[in-house]
Amino acid sequence: MSFDDAYDALTDHDDDSRWAYGTGFADPLAGVPTAAPDGVPPADLAAYCVMLGDDALVMSHRLQQWVTRAPELEDEMALANIGLDLLGQARLLLSRAAEVEGTGNDEDSLAYLRDPAGFRNVRLAERLDEDFAHLIARLLVFATWRLALLDRLTASRDPILAAIGAKGVKEVAYHREYAAGWVVRLGDGTDVSHTRMRAAADAVEPLAGELFAPHELELRLAAAGVAVDPSTLRAEYDSVLREVHRVATLPAPPELQAVAGGSGRDGIHGPELTAILTEMQELPRAVPGGVW
Amino acid sequence: MTATAAEVVEAVADPELPVLTLGELGIVRDVRAGEDGVVVTITPTYSGCPAMEAMRDDIVRALAEAGFGPARVRTVLAPAWTTDWISETGRAKLAAAGIAPPGAAPRRGAGPVPLMLGVRAASVACPRCGHAESEQLAAFSATACRELRRCPACREPFEHVKEI
Repeated sequence: MSFDDAYDALTDHDDDSRWAYGTGFADPLAGVPTAAPDGVPPADLAAYCVMLGDDALVMSHRLQQWVTRAPELEDEMALANIGLDLLGQARLLLSRAAEVEGTGNDEDSLAYLRDPAGFRNVRLAERLDEDFAHLIARLLVFATWRLALLDRLTASRDPILAAIGAKGVKEVAYHREYAAGWVVRLGDGTDVSHTRMRAAADAVEPLAGELFAPHELELRLAAAGVAVDPSTLRAEYDSVLREVHRVATLPAPPELQAVAGGSGRDGIHGPELTAILTEMQELPRAVPGGVW
Repeated sequence: MTATAAEVVEAVADPELPVLTLGELGIVRDVRAGEDGVVVTITPTYSGCPAMEAMRDDIVRALAEAGFGPARVRTVLAPAWTTDWISETGRAKLAAAGIAPPGAAPRRGAGPVPLMLGVRAASVACPRCGHAESEQLAAFSATACRELRRCPACREPFEHVKEI
């Protein structure tokens, strides 16, 4: 189970120009099995890759915004590295989406030229963190959910999704440990840190309801053996959150809520995503195809 | 000729950890001489590894300089790279450079990835003074693949390649 040239199209290797943003995507994915698995509509597979890719891309951008603002230099390096892992996962997933879709998109056009309504990330990924405790609470929720998801994705009938899952599991396991370690440090710390960590968990953790509500596309592709039905991840997620709360001397995790105002999986987003994309897409929209 | 091309590729230095060669790092999966030149297959360490492009350029340049003509570098994701593929020579070179080599990668049974909460399967010895224990200073270091630790005996901080 391997596939050719995952990165071939991700890099400029035809000339010496360095990319200003994104990559050149000058070559098609030569030799790659571009077809979707038997019986799976390519548009469905592409849409699913966009969902998981957008989760990673938007979360990565939010993490990057913490660089120069974290409490310690070591944490800025950690958040930058976690953001880099997620960006790598996003590039692979968006490239796979573009390749399966076959309508001339590439990872760059998907990342930089879609409007907010075209994004399919869960709304948790775009949430603006009120403070470091909120970020840590959000990262714990996101990483615990994504780790469980990627782990099950390794059994996907799509060999590329399975490979992305297998690589991602190793990475996101470290992300979850990092976030869990901080929840424990703050929760089992001073009165002030405990109070603030508890407030952050109370504010952020209920939002995880969205993560386990399956979209109709996820159910269809899960039935076809390609995708993961996120509702099946709930038991593992609950067990991890309970254990982290226990060690952190926090009360049991709060009840989850259904997302208010529609799901990110349907393209419904808050003004937070618009703010992220305004920043992320500014240069590619101003200088289309620009390199230096 | 194939073996020689493989030797050239495996001797290319890693852009991020130049004390290691790509062969010692364990990312070279296949080197094959064909009618259209040499085809090299490598695998990334991490999904977001920013050094893939530099590795590709370095491999193509090294093969050209060694007289192998045009070369093409392919990338595969599966099976996923593991630190277990770092060779014994590579581990010795890391330690000599003051970087603690990785222990055995975690073996997983069935079921969810276990939550560790700071518990390590094995201690990390100080690469400078050899003291058997050390403490973690930061979970991530200059690259995603390393963490920062400190030796309680000689008080020196050092990097450790994390097991994946």
